[in-house]
Amino acid sequence: MSASVARTDASSAPGVAAAVEARKFSFWYGEKQALFDIELSIPSNGITALIGPSGCGKSTFLRSVNRMNETLTDIRREGDMLLHGKDIYGSGVDVVDLRSRVGMVFQRSNPFPKSIYANTAYGPRINRGLRGRALDEVVEVSLRRAALWDEVKDRLGTNALGLSGGQQQRLCIARALANEPEVLLLDEPASALDPVATQRIEELLFELKSQLTIVIVTHNLQQAGRLSDRTAFFYLGRLVEVGPTDVMFTRPREERTEAYITGRFG
Amino acid sequence: MTDAAAPTRETDPLGVSPVAAAMKASLHGDRIYHVLTTAFAAAVPLLLLLIAISIGLAAWPALSLAGLSFITASEWDVAAGQFGAAPAIYGTLVSSAIALVLATPLALGVSIFLSEIAPKWLRQPVGFLVDLLAAIPSVVYGLWGIFVLIPLMRDPVGPFLRETLGLAKTPMFSGPNYGYSMLAAGVILAIMILPFISAVTREVLLAVPRSQREAALALGATRWEMIRDAVLPFARSGIIGGIILGLGRALGETMAVTMLIGNRPEISASLFAPGYTMASLIANEFSEATSDMHLSALMAVGAVLFVVTLIVNAIARWLVWRVTKGAR
Repeated sequence: MSASVARTDASSAPGVAAAVEARKFSFWYGEKQALFDIELSIPSNGITALIGPSGCGKSTFLRSVNRMNETLTDIRREGDMLLHGKDIYGSGVDVVDLRSRVGMVFQRSNPFPKSIYANTAYGPRINRGLRGRALDEVVEVSLRRAALWDEVKDRLGTNALGLSGGQQQRLCIARALANEPEVLLLDEPASALDPVATQRIEELLFELKSQLTIVIVTHNLQQAGRLSDRTAFFYLGRLVEVGPTDVMFTRPREERTEAYITGRFG
Repeated sequence: MTDAAAPTRETDPLGVSPVAAAMKASLHGDRIYHVLTTAFAAAVPLLLLLIAISIGLAAWPALSLAGLSFITASEWDVAAGQFGAAPAIYGTLVSSAIALVLATPLALGVSIFLSEIAPKWLRQPVGFLVDLLAAIPSVVYGLWGIFVLIPLMRDPVGPFLRETLGLAKTPMFSGPNYGYSMLAAGVILAIMILPFISAVTREVLLAVPRSQREAALALGATRWEMIRDAVLPFARSGIIGGIILGLGRALGETMAVTMLIGNRPEISASLFAPGYTMASLIANEFSEATSDMHLSALMAVGAVLFVVTLIVNAIARWLVWRVTKGAR
């Protein structure tokens, strides 16, 4: 087990197509290089946590998986990013289609100033053209999966901004789930929430992980420890170490990983 | 605060510590500041009130003579003491409406292009050029209108609307086409208010939070879907505010309209027919208003214009309030 801790553990073995795989992936904001030759393989289903101090590139990596970084100007990348074995930066890839298959939840909940129903229905409406009964069904299923249905089923028509912070964030998760994504990316989804709301989000992610590949960026090491199956540690734009979470938190191979996890820096 | 003052008080036998004195002085300053700002704030509505009262008083003789017919009758004959301002009221409203109908989509298009679609290097120069439209003096617009726009209205705009689009049979586009017309006034107004609507709209579009755009994009929205579903709804109340600003300008605009509208006090369904506006009526007649009654009648027109602008603004504010309430 300990021999397979670092970058070559079983899940990235040939033959098993990873959900997400970065191959020598580098990224630049203008002149500043944010990611250096990232080699990272994220297996299907389960939760992978990306940890590291601020500015280490973990969010940049996350936003490279659904090509969200392309909304910025003056950016550049090298290397490949594969989604189930297919290069998402390939010439035939439709970025709109990609983003409907790779959901994303942001640090601050960002519901549209519309009804709860309209928020949840947005993805299936624009991507699959769903209307009427079929759409109602997707909305209900998505809200149930996000553990929000019971709290909002009587007020689906009310404005989403009337929900509490934690509910808004779960609504954003429901909205992402409504697209039935293959991968769900979360960028510090609980950092603006109180402990109770955070716990609800964590429980929810734990429920979802059997059916969904979840990648979560977090500053909260305990959260990473509690929640994730695998942890990847980023530092100064490089992937220092990746492995099963229990191993990473007890017997990391790299000294820098241990220093960060034990709170000596970061 | 008391904690900071307490120790010094013990060392000061008179009980007036420097800290307390300073606090008192600043309190004094606060009061002066308070009184001054309140006075300035009160001065503005007071000024408005005084203007309204003086216009009202000056307008009273003509208004009491004409009664309700002042806004319903169409006969404007000073010598005969007939003051029917309906054509001018109609012209003001219709020319402004034409201007809004033409300018709003154009301004929206320009703003969306400049804030969302245009490459960065293009945004500043084009935005500057659009803003520059507001810097052209009204009389220059009028002059340009007489020598360029009016001939264009005769040909090809008139024939295009009538023959090519087949609108000749509709009352709105029937009758002789002199060029000088309600339509010409509306077009020039549209060009004049375009920069105002566009400037406000551009600002509110840029103020839409990044998180809203990202929310839509991350769900698989195209750029157009993002603009339609996330950006425009968020900016809605601000855009309506910009349109109101434009409308306010259009209602009161005088010089260019007076030069192009034809100045004929008649209500005609045809947009090709000449018309009149309240502002152009005042501008045309104030120099020859020698009798007291004539002057009073012009003041009354001013009062009506004032009230119409007030009502239109109130309706518009109500619209913004309703839209904002619906969105939040």
